[in-house]
Formats: sequence, structure tokens, C-alpha cells
Amino acid sequence: MLELHNINYSVQENGVEKHILKSISLTINDNQNVVITGQNGSGKSTLAKIIMGIIKPTSGKIIFNGEDITNLSITERAQKGIAFGFQQPVTFKGLKVKDLLKIILRQKLDCNECCTYLSKVGLCAKDYLERPLDNKLSGGELKRIEIATVLARKAQLNIFDEPEAGIDLWSFDNLVNIFQQEQTTNIIISHQHKIIAIADMVVLLNNSQIDKIGTPDEIIQFINTTKQCAKLGGTN
Amino acid sequence: MDEITKELLSKTSDLHEIPQGAYNIRKDGQLLSRNTTDAIQIISKADKDGIDIIIAPNTKNQSVHIPVVITQGGLTDLVYNDFYIGENSDVLIVAGCGIHNNSDQDSSHNGIHTFHIGKNAKVKYVEKHIGLGDNIGEKNLNPTTEILMENNSYFEMETIQLGGVNYADRNTNATLKANATLIINEKILTTGQQEAMTNFNVELIGDDSKVEVTSRSVAKNQSFQEFNSNIIGKAKCFGHVECDGILSDNAVINSTPKISAQNINAMLVHEAAIGKISEDQIIKLMTLGLTQEEAEKHIISGFLS
Repeated sequence: MLELHNINYSVQENGVEKHILKSISLTINDNQNVVITGQNGSGKSTLAKIIMGIIKPTSGKIIFNGEDITNLSITERAQKGIAFGFQQPVTFKGLKVKDLLKIILRQKLDCNECCTYLSKVGLCAKDYLERPLDNKLSGGELKRIEIATVLARKAQLNIFDEPEAGIDLWSFDNLVNIFQQEQTTNIIISHQHKIIAIADMVVLLNNSQIDKIGTPDEIIQFINTTKQCAKLGGTN
Repeated sequence: MDEITKELLSKTSDLHEIPQGAYNIRKDGQLLSRNTTDAIQIISKADKDGIDIIIAPNTKNQSVHIPVVITQGGLTDLVYNDFYIGENSDVLIVAGCGIHNNSDQDSSHNGIHTFHIGKNAKVKYVEKHIGLGDNIGEKNLNPTTEILMENNSYFEMETIQLGGVNYADRNTNATLKANATLIINEKILTTGQQEAMTNFNVELIGDDSKVEVTSRSVAKNQSFQEFNSNIIGKAKCFGHVECDGILSDNAVINSTPKISAQNINAMLVHEAAIGKISEDQIIKLMTLGLTQEEAEKHIISGFLS
């Protein structure tokens, strides 16, 4: 499904090269739930954005379904079946929830279909389709709508950047169920134990590199035994 | 009715046929067609160009269309329209203006509209402006709107100019008595070398009066826009002005939202933001599969919707 080959990303800071990601290589299979975790600043969000094409890596190769997509645009990657849920949902003046769903579904809105996606995140289509995607919605509502837009895309690969940030406890449990139920590949950037626990594979980033890849138990044990300061409860 | 007139009526007033109820269609400085009803009288002024629209008290769920179309080059049309809205009425007034000028001479329409809104009356007023024609003759529109609001009245104004107008100088002045509410939504798109000026002056003189002005503008190419608002609170009142502009290319937008609180219980707020389309917004829509150009188009059409 997805292969990352020796991905590096660095920026110039005051004339000095700063490495954000170093030598990241990873293979993700179909229909896996993969959680990428690690300390704040370890490069998790950057890696997610590199896969979506929002950030261009300094070097390395990205293969999606056997095709090299390293030089493809965000649009081309989206059209090939990659979806992305932002950590901080983007707001718009004028665009409504239904406008985003129309763009995604590329057809006349089917209320039942909209209802399916919005109810998965605990929202009623009747109350939300006409709402503008602006700051009059709470952070939690925006986040849930963001997740609904990812699900509506029915992509082969969903990338969620800290999907739990800003949502309440009730929605959080629902969210975990979504990852378990969706028949697709999910890459989830998360610090949450409950999300890590449902992963088929956990990737631990530390100091811009992959520290360890394993099952949830293996990663938790690794963190405990190596006494790493992996503050999984924080946000990035 | 010729095709150009039909097109202008459709684009400015959403009229595809002669409307129901009261209407007054003005074409090239002359009356084209008029209809009045028992509740809504339309009378030509004796001393100058224009009409008096008199809406009887308690008139509910009725509409008045007073579109103006100009299809000639070199025509300057100045018209005075006075609206008298009876107490307890609830009406829709549609007053678009469209100019189709394919000549090398400039044409302009200057509409001076004065609204006298009676006590407890509710009015929705829609004003769409458009210019068509590719020759060098300019299409200029300069609307002036005076709104005098009695106690407990409500006036909602939607003013839209979405292209084709070379120069517009838009002036809106309002005075609000006790418990009156004024809502203004303005949408302007300029391209090429077009210029659009907007001035709002609102005086809140009655307790619990309220005004909300929302202006959204998009300026492309070399176009220029200027937004000025002056909200004066002289009573226990609330005023809110929000002015957002999106720029592209070498366009310029100036915005001066002024608020003046002249009473200890006046609460006035203004917000203004001008800039290019946010990169985050474009990226978000690209992650949904749109190209950058498609994303920008959706963002602008949503912004002006």
C-alpha cells in the first residue's frame, strides 16, 4: 500500500541545517491501522504532511500502490486515494459543511449519505449541513466535521493528524470505534493509549528518526524499559 | 421585451417573466412597464425623474420589483425613488440595475433611494448591480440609499455587485430609532481596472437599536476598492461592522471602519481583515482532490455567496 524509502527532511535555521526527519523507511500494508507516536517535536506531523504532499521531503521516495508519488502534487495524491485530516481544522468564511461534502462527493448531495458520515462523528446532518465552517463552530465541532470529511472521501489511505485533539470523551470512544470499523488503511498520529492499543502497527519516532516499530504491547514495553521520556499524553 | 433587457432583468432581479404584484421597470431613462396593487401604489414624481412607492400599513408577504436597465451608450440616468413603508408591513423590495453598454460612450445610473420605514415594519431589500458589454464605453453605477427607521422597525439590505461595473460609488446612510434593527450584507467583486467605493454612515439614536454591517469584497487584477464605515452610537445601542477583503494580483483594498460611541451604553465593534486567500484553505481543498485553481474558485464563490 505505502512504502517510505529513506525519507529525509531538513530546514535551514539561522544558516544551520536542522534535521526534522532522518532516514525514515517504512512499509504499510492494506487495511492496517498504523499509529505514529513519539515526543512533541519528533517529526510526526511533518511525516504525515510529507505523505500527503503538503511538505516536500529533502530526499527519499514515497511509493503508493506500487507507484512513485514523491513528485506528485497534493491534488494528484488525493485523486489517487489519499485523504488527510488536519490537526487544526481549517475554517472558511462563506463555505458551509454541505459545500465541503459536495466537493468530496462530486455530485448532488444525498442527505442520507451526509447523515451517515456526520452521524459517525456524533453530529446530526439536519443541524450541521447549512452551518458555515467558521469560528462560530466550537473546536470540537470543527474537529468532528474534519473527521467526517475524511471518511466521506472513502479513500484507500486515511491520514489523521491527532484526531483526538479537542474532542470530548464521548466522541473519543466513537473515534476509536471508527478506526476499528473502517475497512481501509489508517495512519493516525496520536499520543493516546486507547488509539495506540487498537493499532496493528505502532511506529515510535524519537529525535527525528524511527526508534522502534512494533505491536502496541511491544512499543509500550519498550518505552517503559528504556525509560524514554515519551510523553504520550501531550500534543504536538 | 428584447433579449438584452431579459438578460439584464434576469441577472439583476432574478426575473424571468413579468413579476407578480407591484413592479416598475425602467429602461433607458423611461418607464417600460408598471403594475400597482391595492396595497402598493407606485406614482411618478411630478418635479423630477423618479417614483414614490407607497406601501399601505399592515401589508404582509408582498413584493415590489423596481429594476432599472440601460442598454444605450452615452446615457446618464438620475432617478429619485422614495419608499414609504406603512406600519406593521412585511415586504420584499428588489431593485437591481443592469447596464449593457456595447458602445464607446460611457453610461451611468445614479439611483437615489430613500426609505421611510414605519413603526414595526419589516423590509428585505435586495439590490444587485451588473455591467455587460465589451466595448470601451464604461458602465458606472452610483447608488445612494437613505434609510430612516422608526421605532421597532427592521430593514435587511443585500447589496451585490459581482463584476462588469467600471466605477461604483455606493453611499448608504441610516438613522435608527428605538429598537430598530438594520442588517446590511454587501458583496463586491472587481476585476481589471474597476473601482468601487463604499460608504456607510449609520446613526443609532434610539435605545436598543442595532446595526450589523458585513462587507465581503474580492479585488482582482489592477482593481481598486475602498470601504468606509462610520457607526455612531448616541443611545443604548449595538453596532457591529465586519469587513473582509480578498486580494489577488496587483489589486488594492482600503478599509476604514470607524466607530464613535457617544453614549455610555453604546456598544460598537469593528473587525477588518484584508489579504490573499489563505494557503491553509487552498491546501485543505486540494486534499479533497481539487486543483489549486478549483480550490481558489470555490473559496471565492463561497466567500461571496
